[in-house]
Amino acid sequence: MSQLRAETARLLAVFEATGAVRVEADILQPAAVLLDLYGEDIRARAYVTSDPLRGEQMLRPDFTVPVVQRHMAVSAEPARYTYAGPVFRYQDSATGRAAQSEQVGYEVFDRSAPAGIEAEVFGLFHRILAPLGLTASTGDVGLLRAAIDGLTTSGARKAALRRHIWRPLRFQSLLTRFSQPVAQKVLGAGGQHIGLRTAQDVHERLAQLQDEATAPPIPAAEIEALTDLLAIRGKLPDALKLLQALTRRLPSIGPAVAHMAVRIKALDTAGVDVAQIGFEVAYGLTAMEYYDGFVFGFYAAKVGWPAIASGGRYDALTRVLGQGRAVPAVGGIIRPEYSLRAATGSAL
Amino acid sequence: MIKLGVPSKGRLMKETFDWFAECGVQLLKSGSDREYVGRVEGVNGVELVLLSAGEIPRELAAGRIHLGVTGTDLVHEKLANWADAVEPVAEMGFGFADLIIAVPACWRDVTYLHDLDAVAARFRAEHGFRLRIATKYHRLVRQFLTAQGVADYQLVDSQGATEGAVKNETAEAIADITTTGATIAANHLRILEDGLVLKSEATLWKSRNAGGDCGPLIRKIGTQ
Repeated sequence: MSQLRAETARLLAVFEATGAVRVEADILQPAAVLLDLYGEDIRARAYVTSDPLRGEQMLRPDFTVPVVQRHMAVSAEPARYTYAGPVFRYQDSATGRAAQSEQVGYEVFDRSAPAGIEAEVFGLFHRILAPLGLTASTGDVGLLRAAIDGLTTSGARKAALRRHIWRPLRFQSLLTRFSQPVAQKVLGAGGQHIGLRTAQDVHERLAQLQDEATAPPIPAAEIEALTDLLAIRGKLPDALKLLQALTRRLPSIGPAVAHMAVRIKALDTAGVDVAQIGFEVAYGLTAMEYYDGFVFGFYAAKVGWPAIASGGRYDALTRVLGQGRAVPAVGGIIRPEYSLRAATGSAL
Repeated sequence: MIKLGVPSKGRLMKETFDWFAECGVQLLKSGSDREYVGRVEGVNGVELVLLSAGEIPRELAAGRIHLGVTGTDLVHEKLANWADAVEPVAEMGFGFADLIIAVPACWRDVTYLHDLDAVAARFRAEHGFRLRIATKYHRLVRQFLTAQGVADYQLVDSQGATEGAVKNETAEAIADITTTGATIAANHLRILEDGLVLKSEATLWKSRNAGGDCGPLIRKIGTQ
């Protein structure tokens, strides 16, 4: 236990040395915000409890949301925060993972050059974890989003695909559906109007389905290019070359690929050996929904271990929590219980 | 002594008694009809425990009863990793029920889960909260909808008369068990084409945590 305290203190000190302000967050969080943000899936991961006065409360499943809320309420950019403490994850099935675990985190809200901030955060985590010999994986959700924006199809279909970026199965089934002529829809029989959904909304969607019925399929070449994009993986320089080549077939990813090139250069400048860093376009797409750009994780080659560190960009989350105000945000967490075990090879 | 847990009332109890009788095992309620005490004849060393069907999964998992009769739906809903806690001995051929997802029949545009998903996005944008699905089967429904990639919904708890939730405007859709679909239709609802979450049937389960020798009773059942 004292070892864990020392490791936590060591990590906090490294983050504080960058000028980050140490912040706290309540263990008991109002559930409504988290439920609205993460949806029903969070109930399978977070302890939900309630009391007669405050209603549903949740044992903190992560620090990101309270730290963002705190920043959006009181602070101006640039700002850097660090924090440490337990988070709680409900185990709906036997995963062997602890229900309570420690996190030490670092969050940066800064409007200056995005690629530079991403390289700064990743570089810092990389430097801290370098002695442990971990494998680093990265990705960038922005590439897929840019590819969707460039498809030859309706705004409604693009919105549907964007909405399901984090649910690969639904995403694939949408893509398959949109790549074929629309099948004739057999409508439901109808009945007495009940419930909150308005008759007008039913009407509007029926009209939308009628429009959809004549929509041309997404061209096969675009589907193929998107599929190739999702399959790209390799070390950073190799992945960049593949992406640059793919830009000829998917021009809309051009800016995102250029952004990645700038980030790689910034990482190189920050002293990261980029040839050792993995990159996958599909990385992080099944994890937490709030990352919407650069994402990263550090892994030990141990069965059953979670990522020892993970993080990424989550601009969209700040927009949701900021009630109209948005801030570019990049951050990540280290699990000190695991960084300690990786360092000492000992059990806890 | 082997403890056999059986639903304590209603049709499920009667059909369970009949099923065991056909195997040559008489389950008898002793005393008055209202008293939850019983005995077993036709096989030695078995004690009858009358319980609510909803509590039988928990009692099996805890190993406080050795064998129990309850629906697949309740075992799967109430026990995470149910296969580690119990094993099915016999499907009993009654108590059939489907756990389904139903929407208002007036939603002519919604016949599949992908429609429900699309409507959930519209509903959330218009009303500012997630589309509510009333159910008492939280785990099963959540797992199903997650696997199917449905987003922007929330589950609201409904322990009874769930089919009325939409009319009462406490939910926009429901997930509940049905046998004939008559109650669904009577409440102006329609089952989604791909909205079958689970097919359930009354099943005899053996606890993996209770020990004891269930052999004599299981052999008796097998020799009917």
